[in-house]
Amino acid sequence: MSRKKRQPISTGSDWTFELIEAYDREIARVAQDFGLDTYPNQIEVITSEQMMDAYSSVGMPLNYNHWSFGKQFVETEQNYTRGRMGLAYEIVINSNPCIAYLMEENTITMQALVIAHACYGHNSFFKGNYLFRTWTDASAIIDYLLFAKNYIRRCEEKHGVEEVEQLLDSCHALMNYGVNRYKRPRPLTAAEERERQQDREEYIQRHLNDLWNTTVPRKADSDDRKHPRFPADPEENILYFIEKNAPLLEPWQREIVRIVRKVAQYFYPQKQTQVMNEGWACFWHYTLLHQLYDEGLVTDGFMMEFLHSHSSVVYQPPFDSPYFSGINPYTLGYNMMQDIRRICEKPTDEDREWFPDIADSDWKQTLDHAMRNFKDESFILQYLSPRLMRELKLFSIMDDSNRPVLKVDAIHNERGYRQLRESLSAQYNLGNREPNIQVWNVNVRGDRALTLRHYMHNSQPLGQSTEEVLRHVHRLWGFDVQLESVLPDGTVAKQYACPPREQKVEAI
Amino acid sequence: MSYIIDRRENAKKKSTVNRQRFLRRYKQHIKRAVEEAIHDRSIKEIDQGGQVTIPRRDISEPTFHHGEGGLRHKIFPGNKEFVEGDEFKRPESGGGGGAGKGKASNQGEGEDDFTFTISQEEFLDFMFEDLELPWMVRKQLKDATSFETRRAGFTSSGSPEKLHIVRSLRAAHARRIALTDKHVRQQIRALRKELWALEDAPPSVEKTDKITALRAQIAELEKGSRKLPFLDDFDLRYTNLVRVPLPSTKAVMFCVMDVSGSMTQSVKDIAKRFFILLYLFLNRNYKQIEVVFVRHHTHAKEVDEQEFFYSRETGGTIVSSALALTADIIDKRYPPADWNIYIAQASDGDNWDGDSTTCSKILIDRILPKTQYYAYVEITTGPHQNLWHEYEQVREAFKEQFAMQQITEAGEIYPVFRRLFEKRTEGAVHES
Repeated sequence: MSRKKRQPISTGSDWTFELIEAYDREIARVAQDFGLDTYPNQIEVITSEQMMDAYSSVGMPLNYNHWSFGKQFVETEQNYTRGRMGLAYEIVINSNPCIAYLMEENTITMQALVIAHACYGHNSFFKGNYLFRTWTDASAIIDYLLFAKNYIRRCEEKHGVEEVEQLLDSCHALMNYGVNRYKRPRPLTAAEERERQQDREEYIQRHLNDLWNTTVPRKADSDDRKHPRFPADPEENILYFIEKNAPLLEPWQREIVRIVRKVAQYFYPQKQTQVMNEGWACFWHYTLLHQLYDEGLVTDGFMMEFLHSHSSVVYQPPFDSPYFSGINPYTLGYNMMQDIRRICEKPTDEDREWFPDIADSDWKQTLDHAMRNFKDESFILQYLSPRLMRELKLFSIMDDSNRPVLKVDAIHNERGYRQLRESLSAQYNLGNREPNIQVWNVNVRGDRALTLRHYMHNSQPLGQSTEEVLRHVHRLWGFDVQLESVLPDGTVAKQYACPPREQKVEAI
Repeated sequence: MSYIIDRRENAKKKSTVNRQRFLRRYKQHIKRAVEEAIHDRSIKEIDQGGQVTIPRRDISEPTFHHGEGGLRHKIFPGNKEFVEGDEFKRPESGGGGGAGKGKASNQGEGEDDFTFTISQEEFLDFMFEDLELPWMVRKQLKDATSFETRRAGFTSSGSPEKLHIVRSLRAAHARRIALTDKHVRQQIRALRKELWALEDAPPSVEKTDKITALRAQIAELEKGSRKLPFLDDFDLRYTNLVRVPLPSTKAVMFCVMDVSGSMTQSVKDIAKRFFILLYLFLNRNYKQIEVVFVRHHTHAKEVDEQEFFYSRETGGTIVSSALALTADIIDKRYPPADWNIYIAQASDGDNWDGDSTTCSKILIDRILPKTQYYAYVEITTGPHQNLWHEYEQVREAFKEQFAMQQITEAGEIYPVFRRLFEKRTEGAVHES
């Protein structure tokens, strides 16, 4: 390494705009040498109060008003002022240009760390990863949120805050079911949204009438089986289904349902790539800042401070520690990225056996490929190495409610590697984490009741708030709603209904 | 290429709206917490703002999620001694659990209540919501009886002692300038300069003549302007003083309480709380408040707060003694022009039979004409006592100033207090 002339960019701990600019310039240069492809950066320096504001509106610079964001704010404020929690050093937004917030309280070291982490790490991930490329439109999100905020504000003026709030509550309850998992949605553009919103309102209302006015309610005894179900195929996007088909919603209500599901769709890739995204960003801040150090651009003191916060970010408390709260995505992601580089550069025999196609390959290309084409689930399944499982001392516990005891069914040994890897991957599969619930049928010819189906995974039942969510579905749908938990063989294990079914009293 | 922007000066309170919506939505919870605080806290701590605790389940946003049960595999880090096939008992309530972040509540663990702090200001706002002291606005705007003299510019008329000399001379000067010919003035000035130059030069006969000539010339020219008076009536300016009605921001609150034998400790306790509420309430509406404590059994006595609330004395009951003392104190120390007078009386309604008429007489003749508001609470679970019936007649005569309510238990203090001090607009009062 060339350390002939050490001329650090800065030596103190205070930051200035000139210094931030200087660090950004150097980090950008190094990042380009490593082949990182990013959106342009917009770096904004904010205060801690502003950071709390940003925190509480799901990290977005603007959002519509809702009490739940207020709750978030109250909680954040409470914890922060009591010193129970530090604020994140940064927030970065998947937009073009990519907006990153730096807090004014940070030292220059932290600012440089954040620039490397967010402006080059996360930024390149947003631009490169297939999920973000497919599902979100970075150039339109800020405009769209502005449109949404104004639209909802106008609705509040027209129809009252209460009414809009109730509607939003119901939509938020179904937010996780407002995304298309497989079908690519049309990209968002705010201008188009505005233009077409009017047409859409008209179209939907007319289309709806077609659906409902052909249906003369008949007696309940007419044979359901003769008629095709509606929808013909189960619909995974419940909010979409409601927006298009709920009989009683006003046009403005449909538009709000749409806004919520569009926002949900925007955040969907982030939920699926947390490990990768953070791992990628940590890997790059580590690599980029070390490169600066090797070039003599930063001091030893800088590196000490940086490594201190780096190692606390990627620390994984063991399962029996009081600080344990699940697997730290930063640790897992960072270690996997480093591990891939290691496998490329210095593979062992074990690595050659497990990863024949990446051992001895060019690490930059291999990492880039991994970043672009995977999500957490598939990334872990593909790249988690036996060596890393040993390092993290992973083990798997089987919890079967039919058995009185828990069982350790795999540990980090030759027999357990594959099973550990599959189980960990499955843990990041959103389809397993969230109950799989879809729109199954609408009684178009009868009482217009909506039936949802829960396809049970490993016979896991639904949680406590199910009935409450159903009340929200009922509010949106306007007619009876029922939910069936279905076992893989098609038998209905449990039924929920809103309003609750009256006990049928058998005559005779 | 990066843009670096300093946003620190941008608007900060972006979350204010959301926070307010949150408070509005959980108003019922917050009010309940506030009312509980009033109920349970000791009197001196009552206005300290406070913590509001809302059960998590009331505040959670429901989503579909998995409940307990079924089959699942969980991966944990940091294995120490486990080997494959180990079995152990399921920990209570998922102790070994811990799915991803934020899932904790879904697993039935970590369901702490949601606790947050509202400021003292907010606490009192919730406590006094919709309340307004009756007639306070009227008192401030219409009935203001004390005045303050304030300077308000200048006028052209006034008494001689208010004459403003500088202003008057300035006006005179301006007038003189305005009324003389500009060219004449310039000529005079030129001649004067010439004159001064000559006077400075060494004397000679020729020069003396010239000086005389110049002086004559100046005198001739000045003749016209000399006709203008140096100071005209028109120039006079007087300091203008106006009398500004001064809203009275001082209030005195009389706490009148029966401490006779018939008042039990719990009744006194209720009375205490009622007074505290009134005090806090006045505190928010007036800059300066004095509190006078009058306790009575067969005779009345003015005492300090400590003695009022915490010392014990018993005896018979003659309410009029307290009222007479109150009236005396008002006459002596609190002229109604300067003070907003509020009186709160608490009693179990028990009174010596012959005394009640005296009471209403003192009230009607000596007290009510001077007070803003008189609130009487009867703390009793039984039927109304004779004082109540007597006071009902007083209420007929002074509908707007006199209010009475019955409290039967501590929980009713706040509702009764609210009823007594319900926000009333002037119009509404006249209608009623």
